[in-house]
Amino acid sequence: MIRFAAVRLLQAIPVLFGVITITFILIHSAPGGPFSADKAVPPEVLMALEEKYDLNLPLWQQYFGYLEDLISGDFGPSFKYPGRNVSELIASAFPTTAELALYSMIVAIVIGLFAGVVAAMRPNSVQDYAPMSLAMIGICMPSFLLGPLLVLIFGIYLEWLPISGWNSLPGDKILPAITLGTGYAAYIARLTRGGMLDILSQDYIRTARAKGLSEIVIVCKHGLRGGLIPVVAFLGPAFAGMLGGSFVVETIFNIPGLGRFYVQAAFNRDYTMILGTTIFFAALIVSFNLISDILAMWMNPKLRQKDLGDEK
Amino acid sequence: MSEIDYPEENFSLWKDAWTRLSNNKLALLGLVTLVFFCIIAFLAPWIAPYGYEEQNLILGASPPSYQHLLGTDVFGRDMLTRIMYGGRVSLLVGFIATSVALVIGVSWGAVAGYAGGNLDAFMMRLVDILYALPFMIFIILLMVVFGKNLLLLFFAIGAVEWLTMARIVRGQVMTLKKQEFIEAAHSMGLPKQIIIVRHIVPNAIGPIIVYATLTVPNVMLLEAFLSFLGLGIQPPESSWGLLINYGVETMEEYPWLLIFPGLALTITLFALNFLGDGLRDALDPKTSKD
Repeated sequence: MIRFAAVRLLQAIPVLFGVITITFILIHSAPGGPFSADKAVPPEVLMALEEKYDLNLPLWQQYFGYLEDLISGDFGPSFKYPGRNVSELIASAFPTTAELALYSMIVAIVIGLFAGVVAAMRPNSVQDYAPMSLAMIGICMPSFLLGPLLVLIFGIYLEWLPISGWNSLPGDKILPAITLGTGYAAYIARLTRGGMLDILSQDYIRTARAKGLSEIVIVCKHGLRGGLIPVVAFLGPAFAGMLGGSFVVETIFNIPGLGRFYVQAAFNRDYTMILGTTIFFAALIVSFNLISDILAMWMNPKLRQKDLGDEK
Repeated sequence: MSEIDYPEENFSLWKDAWTRLSNNKLALLGLVTLVFFCIIAFLAPWIAPYGYEEQNLILGASPPSYQHLLGTDVFGRDMLTRIMYGGRVSLLVGFIATSVALVIGVSWGAVAGYAGGNLDAFMMRLVDILYALPFMIFIILLMVVFGKNLLLLFFAIGAVEWLTMARIVRGQVMTLKKQEFIEAAHSMGLPKQIIIVRHIVPNAIGPIIVYATLTVPNVMLLEAFLSFLGLGIQPPESSWGLLINYGVETMEEYPWLLIFPGLALTITLFALNFLGDGLRDALDPKTSKD
């Protein structure tokens, strides 16, 4: 178990390293420098700028310089916001995105688990079909459509909830969290249903029934423990997806998070910002995949023993 | 041997699969819807009620009516026509990007799975690295670096969607290559390339088709997502994602501009998902009878 965690951790290092290298090479192979998008600058100014940001050095020196800075947590200066560095910008915007992802995750888990368990309790009945059809809609309805529709209904027609912003009011967070969480709720519902159906047909559940335990205890205590494993394994990728989805939701609801920053940086060709944010996101995603893998492993005694067998 | 009457027909994989698929009403409905949308999109220049660029500034944005079944946008352009043309781009992206993903993923996975050993380890580690790249960010990165053009978009989306395909094919190949008929091919002295192309890939085709069908909606969603952010399809070209983007801007006054392209996209994604699920049931060896 500990060995598995350690090996996974060690594997994460080359992965991250690869991400940094690929992103760095991509960014630096972009046609035109970061300053060529602006109106023509005199050559001496350009020289001075390039010198300031070390762009005159050979690429490999820039690369190792960047790596060195990265290790000390410095993502370099932003090209578009002079005087501010990328680490600061990330630090100021990320908490908002993290908050959004957290609320969305809560929405996804609560709705998804509930729907999945309800469906699995009576398979192939209305109680199964109704939540699963809803889940299908949730999967097919993209967030950039769901968000505006929710705004239209609850914000504009009914005027129950604010249509944009991110202040301390709880009302501000409801629509974005639902918009971002729904798709994942749908996936979690499907996974929960599948996992629970597997578990509920096991012998030990029959034993529990034979003992005369109530359905609630059987499902919640004995069923969920095993049925949740696929869901836990999905949480890592779900979190990664939410970070990506936050781009759209933050744009729709005008939330000052990292996703919106990233899209703006992409429009502005703010290379260091793009580079830094990509690496930051990648590091987060790698860690979350790691955590959810280890958690799923820890929850499943069968896998715990098999340890490092090649996954098929 | 026995007295039992076995059906005499030839049960080929395809015939068997088709029988199952045609019993699955939802999957059939998905197939029909999809074909219908594809035909409409393909024939758009001939059957669209108005010209793609045809404006009617006096009319402006109007709700659905007999002249304009799905209404018009702020320039008085017919929405039905625009959705038909937008569907061309959306569906095209879906199928072409999936083909790109298919070609890369299948060859990568087949080679890695067949070679095994260090080459396999290296190739799959590379897939792991790419997996860790947040793919949305990766595509945005590509669009920023190489500029926004349609061909690149196909390629960029295909380039991130092949990873799962490679893993699936590798898994298939690893089980296939231990079977006798591959050994036989080996001992007959067939070269590796021929064995992979002629004997291994065709036997892994079921899961490949299923996954490809499920990749198409992902790809279309991705395109719509990028277009929505303004990083995908650029005007005057149009796609459902871009139409939704415009629709959002004016949804307060003219909600039909958001709802109809949204419906078109959602229905197509629905159809593809149902078809994919149906195909999985029809082609997945695990659920098929022995």
